[in-house]
Amino acid sequence: MDAVDEIVAEFLVESHENLDQLDRDLLALEQNPDSRDLLASVFRTIHTIKGTSGFLAFHRLEKLTHVGENLLSRLRDGRIALTEPRSTALLTMVDAIRGLLADIERTGGEGELDHSELIATLSALLEDTPDTGTDIDRSPTPRIGEVLVDSGDTTPEAVELARMEQRLGDDRLLGAILVGHGATTPAAVDGALEAQAGGGHRSVLESSVRVDVDLLDSLMRLVGELVLARNQLVSRLGDAEEPGTDSTKDSSLARSAQRLSLVTSELQEQVMKTRMQPVDAVWSKIPRVVRDLARTCGRQVRLEMEGRETELDRSVLEAIKDPLTHLVRNAVDHGIESPEERIRAGKPAEGVLTLRAYHQAGQVHLEISEDGAGIDPRSIATKALERGLVSPTQLATMTHRDIVNLIFLPGFSTASQVTSVSGRGVGMDVVKTRIEAIGGSVDVTSSVGAGSTFRLTIPLTLAIIPALTIGCAGRRYAVPQVSVLELVRLSGEHARGGIELISGAPVYRLRDMLLPLVRLDEQLGLATDADEPGGFIVVLQAEQQRFGLVVDDVLDTQEIVVKPLGRQLKGIPVYAGATILGDGSVVLILDASTLARRANVLAGTGGVAAAEAGIGTEALEPVLVVEIGSGRRAGIPLEMVTRLEEISRAAVEHVGGREVVQYRGHIMPLVRISTLLGTYGAAPGHGIAEGGIQLVVYTLGERSVGFVVERILDIATERAGTRSDIDDQALVGSVVVGDRVVELLDVRSAVLAADPHFYSGCADDAEALA
Amino acid sequence: MNQLSTFTVGTYLFGVDVAVVQEVVRLQQRTPVPLAPPEIAGLINLRGQVLTAIDLRARLGLPPAGGALAASGERLNVVVRVDDDPVSLLVDEIGGVVDVSQVPFEQTPSTVDERVRDLLLGAYPLPDRLLLALDARRVLDVGAGTGPVPVPPREPAA
Repeated sequence: MDAVDEIVAEFLVESHENLDQLDRDLLALEQNPDSRDLLASVFRTIHTIKGTSGFLAFHRLEKLTHVGENLLSRLRDGRIALTEPRSTALLTMVDAIRGLLADIERTGGEGELDHSELIATLSALLEDTPDTGTDIDRSPTPRIGEVLVDSGDTTPEAVELARMEQRLGDDRLLGAILVGHGATTPAAVDGALEAQAGGGHRSVLESSVRVDVDLLDSLMRLVGELVLARNQLVSRLGDAEEPGTDSTKDSSLARSAQRLSLVTSELQEQVMKTRMQPVDAVWSKIPRVVRDLARTCGRQVRLEMEGRETELDRSVLEAIKDPLTHLVRNAVDHGIESPEERIRAGKPAEGVLTLRAYHQAGQVHLEISEDGAGIDPRSIATKALERGLVSPTQLATMTHRDIVNLIFLPGFSTASQVTSVSGRGVGMDVVKTRIEAIGGSVDVTSSVGAGSTFRLTIPLTLAIIPALTIGCAGRRYAVPQVSVLELVRLSGEHARGGIELISGAPVYRLRDMLLPLVRLDEQLGLATDADEPGGFIVVLQAEQQRFGLVVDDVLDTQEIVVKPLGRQLKGIPVYAGATILGDGSVVLILDASTLARRANVLAGTGGVAAAEAGIGTEALEPVLVVEIGSGRRAGIPLEMVTRLEEISRAAVEHVGGREVVQYRGHIMPLVRISTLLGTYGAAPGHGIAEGGIQLVVYTLGERSVGFVVERILDIATERAGTRSDIDDQALVGSVVVGDRVVELLDVRSAVLAADPHFYSGCADDAEALA
Repeated sequence: MNQLSTFTVGTYLFGVDVAVVQEVVRLQQRTPVPLAPPEIAGLINLRGQVLTAIDLRARLGLPPAGGALAASGERLNVVVRVDDDPVSLLVDEIGGVVDVSQVPFEQTPSTVDERVRDLLLGAYPLPDRLLLALDARRVLDVGAGTGPVPVPPREPAA
């Protein structure tokens, strides 16, 4: 019983592989209907399936493949030509075989599907109408009888007899008749058929074996251990060398260790290679998808593939399958226009869809491009506005490329876009999410009328990722390199001064950006000297939010093998896993987005996160605390702060009694908060720091206003219930931050004080606020 | 469950089914896991595999080991495998394998501390002392019931 199951399993695996090949061959045949090699290959595949299914008593399968085989043998012999109805029927047959195999795999039986119609269609296609006087002897391929005679598997007499029977109306194949007469064996016929087809495949088959993936995984694990043992040996050897030990013994040991080290590295590389598969493993399904889809949508599409042999880890291949198929469907459905439209646009009726794969900088790049209509940024912009995904202000600053990339936003794919073809519940946002989940990225470029290109950048493997090792409170941690943007060293007084108020919610002024800071020691609850900031800021990007992770030390970058954590630790989201370093020690891998969330930076400033948190966020609004002179403090809601700038005093010019500066190609009016809030007793010129003027810039569209302050102090979270109303111009109230009262600036009236026309053109906005 | 692999933690003699014990290793190096429940002693590297180590003392609510045991830093790891998921249990001392097929199986006596009792299947009164049979599955059930991870307090703004 078990032996039979094993044979069936083997048969299923083999047949699935064969069917993929069959799909490819049949499609290639459509382009090149006269290729005998292809016909022979298709025939051989069906013949094998037929033979085995007969042996395993899958009679439905046998019957179906038998008819297909008849049709194919005639095609191969040149008796009939491959017409479109024939190739469609054959492809339908391939699908039917797949269905049967699936049933066998699931239930062990063939199921109840009825294929009589298909069989009738295939049989009807056996004859050309009218038959064009077939001359079987015309075939340039050596005929099966001769092959068998040549190989000594039968006699010329037996062949002659069998031919006679064929002429007398026996419609079986020559080989079958011979076997029926006992003049040869089925194995010999199989061999002869293979020889007849020109062979060449056998050597490939013989030089490869099928290996269970689990075996490869355990091989990989063992090699990992070997690498560790090697590393330990090498470092132990390094330690031993120092004192005057027996030098001859040591040097030969060192040589052996070095050799071991080389072999191990080589082995590691080779074992990694066994897990790699060419991208073609996924691409092979694409021609069929494109063909069927082009037919359904009435498109003419030529598919071109470059770099089929580009290799990826099998886990990555698995992960990109769906996104890739979706992008291809999308390209055919929405990208390439109908032949009429294309001709009207002066393009050839046939559109070209190109898949390209290549390795670059340790990553795999996949491109899906077509020469279709392209994506019109204007219609994307309109749609994005309609759905409230962007504001007009945001839109104004975006490049065409940025706008086109809005299609990846969740909620962009809309009902009006969904067709029976692409509307399969997978939007572009899902494509992006899936690709990003495996540490990749996706981007689209498009030019109207000339087509679009989607670019996927994905890591070679998921099991091994480049990571940055950092030190914190005497321990080491790893951060995936993919989320690291840059490193900032905090050395000396000058750099440390860049941190605005360490306590509370610290920020660092990185160039002209406000970078919220997260202290790793604090987040992990590690005991440290709280006043002393770490030595480095690791600038991380997590969920569209940039933040700085303050750590003690940055050690190095290396490829690490990601190991999952046990279920006891699954509940701690801050760890993405663990890894083992070269010295054998276990190191935890940090998850950047969880850190960001834990530190509240996402909730504090991110639009999405704030919206999720709902009402709660209103009570906890982050406020930029500034000193405005005479020790007085004011708070500016952080969402009204676009940038912090420092300008030189000389840059201030006067226009009609107002102070202005030239800022980013515009004239920006300045408003002194101290004057606005009436801070008296300050000497003229006070409020200007040594060497420069501190500005808090608020920008709306193309207009900006600069608030002049004495010093930037801190970003604090306004606590619920501490707000009191002060009836004063330009103030909306006061809040308690830490233990001090901070006046909250009414940004709107402050802006109007500087530029009365600031909000004109934003009438709706003004009304809403009035 | 006729054979138990035995070890001591504090004053108790425990046993787990031999079938779930993969191996016993003596390891010095452990990577602590910040924010983890106190029962988690850290992560160990067992021939290239990362395993969670559970401190049985903490798990049973016993005081941390003192004296020489604590000073050496080296602890015995009993690697148990439940549901194909190996986990290391840190114990004080390892005992032998005890055949309990002839020993009557009893309810855990009520004199045993409640936190310990919760993790037991029962007890075998050996001639010289009481052998407590640990429920390995329940012992490994750490972290599931623990509350939300505390957010470190922020210092007030200066």
